[in-house]
Amino acid sequence: MELTGAEITIRCLQEEGVEYVFGYPGGAVLFIYDELFKQEKVKHVLVRHEQAAVHAADGYARSTEKVGVALVTSGPGVTNAVTGIATAYMDSIPMLVISGQVPTSFIGEDAFQEVDAVGITRPCVKHNFLVKDVKDLASTLKKAFYLAKSGRPGPVLVDIPKDVSNHKVEFEYPSTVNIRSYHPQTTGDANLVKQAAQMLLEAKRPMVYAGGGVILSDASKQLTELVRLIDAPCTNTLMGLGGYPASDKQFVGMLGMHGTYEANMGMQNCDVLLAVGARFDDRVIGNVAHFNSVPRKIIHLDIDPASISKRVKVDVPLVGDVGSVLTDLIKVLKSSKQKPDAAAHKDWWKQIDEWRSANSLSYKNSIELIKPQFVIETLHKITRGDAFITSDVGQHQMWAAQYYKFDKPRRWINSGGLGTMGFGLPAAMGVQLAHPGETVACVTGEGSIQMNIQELSTCKQFNLPIKVIALNNRYLGMVRQWQEFFHGNRYSQSYMDALPDFVKLAEAYGHVGILVEKPSDVEGALQEAFARKDELVFLDFRTDSTENVYPMVPGGKGLSEVILAEDL
Amino acid sequence: MRHIISLLMANEAGALSRVSGLFSARGYNIESLTVAPTEDATLSRMTIVTRGSDEVIEQINKQLNKLVDVVSVMDLSDGDHIERELMLVKVRAEGADREELKRMSDIFRGQVIDVSDKTYTIELTGAGSKLDSFLQAIDRKLILETVRTGASGIGRGERILKI
Ligand SMILES: Cc1cc2nc3c(=O)[nH]c(=O)nc-3n(C[C@H](O)[C@H](O)[C@H](O)COP(=O)(O)OP(=O)(O)OC[C@H]3O[C@@H](n4cnc5c(N)ncnc54)[C@H](O)[C@@H]3O)c2cc1C
Ligand SMILES: Cc1ncc(C[n+]2csc(CCOP(=O)(O)OP(=O)(O)O)c2C)c(N)n1
Ligand SMILES: [Mg+2]
Repeated sequence: MELTGAEITIRCLQEEGVEYVFGYPGGAVLFIYDELFKQEKVKHVLVRHEQAAVHAADGYARSTEKVGVALVTSGPGVTNAVTGIATAYMDSIPMLVISGQVPTSFIGEDAFQEVDAVGITRPCVKHNFLVKDVKDLASTLKKAFYLAKSGRPGPVLVDIPKDVSNHKVEFEYPSTVNIRSYHPQTTGDANLVKQAAQMLLEAKRPMVYAGGGVILSDASKQLTELVRLIDAPCTNTLMGLGGYPASDKQFVGMLGMHGTYEANMGMQNCDVLLAVGARFDDRVIGNVAHFNSVPRKIIHLDIDPASISKRVKVDVPLVGDVGSVLTDLIKVLKSSKQKPDAAAHKDWWKQIDEWRSANSLSYKNSIELIKPQFVIETLHKITRGDAFITSDVGQHQMWAAQYYKFDKPRRWINSGGLGTMGFGLPAAMGVQLAHPGETVACVTGEGSIQMNIQELSTCKQFNLPIKVIALNNRYLGMVRQWQEFFHGNRYSQSYMDALPDFVKLAEAYGHVGILVEKPSDVEGALQEAFARKDELVFLDFRTDSTENVYPMVPGGKGLSEVILAEDL
Repeated sequence: MRHIISLLMANEAGALSRVSGLFSARGYNIESLTVAPTEDATLSRMTIVTRGSDEVIEQINKQLNKLVDVVSVMDLSDGDHIERELMLVKVRAEGADREELKRMSDIFRGQVIDVSDKTYTIELTGAGSKLDSFLQAIDRKLILETVRTGASGIGRGERILKI
């Protein structure tokens, strides 16, 4: 039977098992919205701003292993979506964004609500398509899903002109897809795997540094097994948290700019480093020359060859999927007669424990002022470490990463690569929809939350009982911290004056708001909030406005050139 | 170091902008870029001349390979190859200069492909350095305009870039 482009679009989403589409209607997508209306399989979540649609699809994808889907109209619809797309791109999140476009005959005429969506998004998508003919629509959508989730995942945009969504063609959803120029390598080279195994067995001071690739590959099990097998300390990047259980004794915490002392010192002083699905980001290894000033062998496992030897020269490149290559590596290690060098490792662990005893995450609690670290620790306690935590960007994000000990993957949802303020609340919507009945909390700041606060309305409409944990320090705290450290305490535009009454604001949207001003009220307030299982509760914690995030490796410095908390 | 990179890519709308966008976004340098369809109409072949350290060139190759439209990439500078560039030069050709320009064109194995009372248009093919030498060899004041295609390259013998 012949179907219109709009019908085909919806049928493709159904074929792919898409549960939710996050979107916002407009002229160019009216035919598609009309078809959405006529069916029930694919549910649509109406956001209040297109950026939020994309973040919600992103949160949905990060907390599951599925592709997130967003739908926006042409012109301002798609430009509003760009921040969300770039956010997903930087963190390699599988996503499909469908945008409406003006009718093909109008393209290039500065038509009403026309923008070159493919051109604008080109640098921040894995790939994008403009569908000029309805007969290409189904195969393009099939390709888009395949590209989004295979290899190194990423967002894919499909731009559909209005007339294409109304033209008819015989529908058939392709069962397979073949793109002759696209063949990501998933299995590792057997010789290199052997070489890596040998190197790891001979290591005197081994270290495992694991990132977002472990989460994306759903390979925490393999990672955990490998780390135990080679008896190495393991650190996670901000994107990798939960990829290795934080409560395990071989875990040394997050590394990098705000990483623990033991993780950074281990990274700097190891003799064999195994990097797994991590990309040697500048916030992770700091100054490259300083990092390279000590000799060490590096084994780098990544599905994207371009991530390997991009910033740091690598000795053994392992191109492939984390899960598949680690499985091979484990096999080789298990079949080897050689065992890790127990005597050398004993000394290495002694050294690690010495660094650990610096207790770089300790902080002085207070009975007058609410310490943000204390809020996160209490949040961990009340939720038994088992919540999905989304975050915005700033100090609160770092505290959440440091003090909420993630034991499971896909529980920590944050924007690492782009660092997008405004990500937390809409991402939590996607997470909550993907996991109804589970506990979802959004840790945010009074600055970040205002970037997508309108989504409180979406939460009301779709009954999303998210707990908003606002660490309200009345400052753009992360900016204030840099100004304190590096700009002579000149707090240029980092003070948040004229803040709304968040309790009333939450109430105005039909939710519950709780103001918390005393440390002794923190636990009770959290308990009350989480007891309200069916309601969104906005907790406004008035935290110590002068608190800083420690440890800190200042930009451009080496991993061992760290600033620890002043009073340590 | 100078590198000459050849690639085959799907002949899709916007494919060229993906390549040029990649170079500008990542701050890579492009000395020249030529592109045209191949005998297989679904494929275009591009030749890019660029400069960079070994690390940068390695990234350029990897990033090009990563583009979904790019089918295969070869760094011609890694082995024996041939490079050719085409140049058209329009010169003021009057009086004694007419004779001299014709002579120079012959020495460089050029051809005069358009003649008017006062001008010649000379076609020259060769490595870029040969074209440069020609421009240096003739009187600069006589040059009215030049147009160059940028280098096209191909591997020698069995070095073949195909799908
Ligand atoms: C305020 C702020 C402070 C920050 N401070 C820190 C900090 O202190 N420490 C820190 O670590 N980060 C910090 N970040 C985050 C940082 O900017 C980077 O986003 C992060 O370090 C990158 O993590 P990653 O290396 O794990 O890479 P990701 O961005 O998660 O990339 C994943 C890698 O894995 C590969 N991959 C994907 N799928 C697979 C697969 N199936 N198989 C194999 N490989 C795969 C990809 O190709 C890629 O190379 C901070 C961010 C902000 C906003
Ligand atoms: C969209 C966007 N704009 C600007 C920034 C720069 N920035 C990073 S952290 C930060 C302050 C965030 O303030 P708040 O949300 O109150 O968090 P806090 O650091 O106080 O915990 C700013 C402005 C950003 N990351 N994202
Ligand atoms: Mg703040």
